[in-house]
Amino acid sequence: MKITSRLTSTHIVYLVVLLTIIAGTILVAAAGRSFFSAGNISSILTGTSVLGFIAIGQTLVILVGSLDLSVPYVVSLSSLLAAGIMANQPANILPGVLLALAVAAVIGLINGLVVSGLKVHGFIATLGTGLIISGYLATNYKGSSGQAPLSFRLVGATGLGPVPISTLIMLACAAVVLLVLDRTRLGHSMYAVGGDINVARMSGIRTSTPIIAAHIICSVLAGMAGLLLAARLGVGSPTIGSQGGYDLLSIAAVVLGGTLLAGGKGSLVGTLGGVLIFAMIDNIMSVLQINPFLKDVVRGIVIVAAVAVYAGRRVVNRTARFDDTPQETVSTRQEVGA
Amino acid sequence: MRRSIQSKVTVVAAAALLALTACTTDPSIENPPAAETEGGEAATTPAEEWFDQEAFDEQSEQRSASFIGDPEQPWLQYLEGEMTDTSEFASEGAKKVCFANASISNPWRQTGWITMNQQLEVLQEQGVISQMETRDAQDDDNTQIADIDYFIAEGDCDAFIISPNSTAAMTPAVERACETGKPVIVFDRGVDTDCATTFIHPIGGFAWGIDTAEFLVDNLEEGDKVVALRILPGVDVLEQRWAAAEKIFQENGIEATDYFTGADPTEIKKIISDELATGDVQGVWMDAGDGAVAAIEAFEDAGKDYPVMTGEDEMSFLRKWEETGLTGLAPVYSNFQWRTPLLAVERIFAGEEVPKEWVLPQTPIPEEERADFLASNEGMPDGHYAKFGGTDLPGYPEVWQERQIP
Amino acid sequence: MSTLAPDRKAELRRDRSPRKDRLLRGMRTPGGAVFLLLLVLLAAVIFVNPSFGEPGSLIRFIGRTAPIAIAAIGQYFVIVSGEFDLSMGSVVTAQVIIAGNLIGQDDAKVLPVLLLMLVFGALIGLINGLVTTLLKIPSFIVTLGMMLALLGLVLYWTGGAATGNPADSFRQIGRGGIENIPVLEILPYPVLILLAIAAGAFWLMRRPYGRTLVAVGDNARAAALTGARVWWIRTRAFILSSLAATVAGIILVGYAGVHPSVGRGYEFTAITAVVLGGVVLGGGRGWVLSAAAGAFALEMLFALLNFAGVASTWRDTVQGIIIVAAVAAGARTWERRRRGASSATHDKQTPIAQPPAVGANEGGK
Repeated sequence: MKITSRLTSTHIVYLVVLLTIIAGTILVAAAGRSFFSAGNISSILTGTSVLGFIAIGQTLVILVGSLDLSVPYVVSLSSLLAAGIMANQPANILPGVLLALAVAAVIGLINGLVVSGLKVHGFIATLGTGLIISGYLATNYKGSSGQAPLSFRLVGATGLGPVPISTLIMLACAAVVLLVLDRTRLGHSMYAVGGDINVARMSGIRTSTPIIAAHIICSVLAGMAGLLLAARLGVGSPTIGSQGGYDLLSIAAVVLGGTLLAGGKGSLVGTLGGVLIFAMIDNIMSVLQINPFLKDVVRGIVIVAAVAVYAGRRVVNRTARFDDTPQETVSTRQEVGA
Repeated sequence: MRRSIQSKVTVVAAAALLALTACTTDPSIENPPAAETEGGEAATTPAEEWFDQEAFDEQSEQRSASFIGDPEQPWLQYLEGEMTDTSEFASEGAKKVCFANASISNPWRQTGWITMNQQLEVLQEQGVISQMETRDAQDDDNTQIADIDYFIAEGDCDAFIISPNSTAAMTPAVERACETGKPVIVFDRGVDTDCATTFIHPIGGFAWGIDTAEFLVDNLEEGDKVVALRILPGVDVLEQRWAAAEKIFQENGIEATDYFTGADPTEIKKIISDELATGDVQGVWMDAGDGAVAAIEAFEDAGKDYPVMTGEDEMSFLRKWEETGLTGLAPVYSNFQWRTPLLAVERIFAGEEVPKEWVLPQTPIPEEERADFLASNEGMPDGHYAKFGGTDLPGYPEVWQERQIP
Repeated sequence: MSTLAPDRKAELRRDRSPRKDRLLRGMRTPGGAVFLLLLVLLAAVIFVNPSFGEPGSLIRFIGRTAPIAIAAIGQYFVIVSGEFDLSMGSVVTAQVIIAGNLIGQDDAKVLPVLLLMLVFGALIGLINGLVTTLLKIPSFIVTLGMMLALLGLVLYWTGGAATGNPADSFRQIGRGGIENIPVLEILPYPVLILLAIAAGAFWLMRRPYGRTLVAVGDNARAAALTGARVWWIRTRAFILSSLAATVAGIILVGYAGVHPSVGRGYEFTAITAVVLGGVVLGGGRGWVLSAAAGAFALEMLFALLNFAGVASTWRDTVQGIIIVAAVAAGARTWERRRRGASSATHDKQTPIAQPPAVGANEGGK
């Protein structure tokens, strides 16, 4: 009993990961396949990389008490800008990457300014910017466009053994963001602002800085996801972001990873676990050839059931300084908003 | 708590490091697979403008060309052209087929998918195919690429069937499948490579646009207004339909306004209602018949005369067309093409040659033939397609009536 | 509240500002401003397309916007209590397909299936509500899961496409109306349904339940301390939301017909409408009729873009800009109001009026 009560949500996420691996091993073996074959591991990890980039950013945005629904459109825009500038010229790779990420950063900056400056709820602010970009995409791009040169496409197609390079880049980004969260003043103030913006303000934190920073990082990571997709597809696509449904899926992955939707508490490592759970479940269902409609049913149930396991439980709490709320109020914090 | 996160960072870093060391010890990683090198040379031109005069003329002719094969089995008919020699694949025994499907997210694809599975049943009984493993990408390019890569690595496939989700994006993955040296069959939407053993498709989008637009032009006066209802932008098979129709409307002085509806009947009804509120509409053109009934009902609700209209061979449109007696045409994007890929597998492993580009007939249903198709599809749900071509398959008609999706 | 002693009521009444002042003050809240926005948009649409202003066209416009307005009213209950309902679109789709497949062409089945749909809708709301409140899972996640699972189940059950449209008698609810009305020509049934639901919602929000719902959304802990059963109050909000989606579905079956894409995106449209109506995400602030007005403003905006000939591909962009701008303006007003309420500097008070007492500002509740 003592041990279970000391488990944080991150521990539970990885217990669920372990459980999924065991279930996957059995189910996939029953279908006459191996869960741990190189091809299958590569397939699962490939599934983690695009969603992983976005979920890392989404974790920060949710930590500061906001949301980002514009990510699918940033993903599409970034893939189009990069592939358009590269135009199959290896020399243009760097300008293409930089421009795509710069535009993504500007979108994030706008999101952050609208949320922190104009006091618009992140849900609406990013829904709005998402719509704005979506109109731009529909007007200016009729179908896929541009061409990623071979050397850039290798990023999406090669792997170290069964581990795709894209997954390693994603993990590297996660490590950097983790350092920022854990070791810098910015990271601490992100937790503080998400926990209680008024307390944070009274403690002398410039509350707009962490909110804007979180939105910028989130958009840039969505831009990275767009770059990866451009590498995998070889072209830019105006619908690739919405095809993946990355907005809601990334939020689900973040919450699945134990981060409070209301902000202030959460763990990036947990998010990566959430992404891995999604990728493995998708993989298992594909191997078992589950009816595509039923796949969504399973996803829906898994999202709720997994969060139910540790709902109301103590979540990784990085900032005892700012948050002395008694245990029982943690649960009331689960609501969105405020 | 801080410690636990730190330890996780270490684990992540260590894992990455481990993978990196694995890199140096594994020589196969130094040289990326040849497939990717191949793909890089096929520079695709961005499809900024969908109209293509050459394809337009070609498809216009194909509409009246004579097809080789039994007209009773249109799914096996094809146009004369280059053939692929498949003698190298000739072999005995049941084969395993791997099918990378784009999705079954619309009624047309669902109907075809049911037909395909009934065809599979026949071929399994005949011992031609042992099993078909299917991965459904749920309309996502990235997923479909991963699906194809999974098949290549793990599928133990004898042949690949691919119904691409989009043209340019799927090209490199299809090329990787070709690299395996096994037969690759592409159908419905195409890819920018001719490495496939056969590419199966009906005549095409331009033919659809010509059939429908000419019908409207014939039945309307110059200066009449046509509302064009389109599902979504950026899909080649749909864009080509509109590109051809728009050109013909312009040449004949028909005023056409186009809208994107997402095939949502609520949207369609709003659009038509608003158009009728601002002026009369004499014609309705659709790039796919899904939702046609809502368009017709908008005229009824506004108390206006029925338009001249082109829908599709979906049952809902055929029924409403008969009920209202409007002047109409049901263009067809031959749904029976879903049978052909499996039958192509049979031919390929028998060593019989198959068309490099397998162009299937694509004939609209005019008013005179409507009654026949309504009779032969009696009891089918509204989302069923009349030219599904499965009347000789086991399970007919219950499987399609019950819409049993595996 | 209704339990106040009569003399306290009289006191409250005496302390109220004159009706005109209250109206003016109400207009300056985001919930009031949406009505102004609606009028401006209406004027713009009539300017671009004068025939839209004819009573017959207007009433048809109201009729076809009714399902979205009803959905927005349902979503309002959930949002004002501090939650989200993302399952709304899936509920609409599910109900549309249930109607198509279970009623068929059999008139005798209309009533039983109608009842079944309402029970089914209430059940979905109950599940959403109980899982959210008792298991303490964020409603965003619960209803997201419900959205995926419900739609998937319905599509699996029907093989992706419904059998066909139900009997015409059922479709009349959404398609027909009372005919031969002077001036209007026709009074569509959806308009009547909307009026009834709006009246019911208005009444409910003035009842103790409505007041408590807003209090729960504002501060669940404080509401719990005053003895409110927060879990049951919120759960009922979810039931109301799913029932509203059900009614919207019933109307849409008539208006548009049965198709799996009917209802797609309804959750976001409804949330946008509610927010445009000045209701604050996170709960505790906003007026129910403003939510319905938000739905009309949104649809009016689409009509305007359409009549003004804006390229269909740019419409998303314009919609995005307007939503952000409207909500930003609203957020500033709420901010000023909140500060004003404590320092009493916001509104120039007329001598008779005391500083606004809690509960006297209908404009904001």
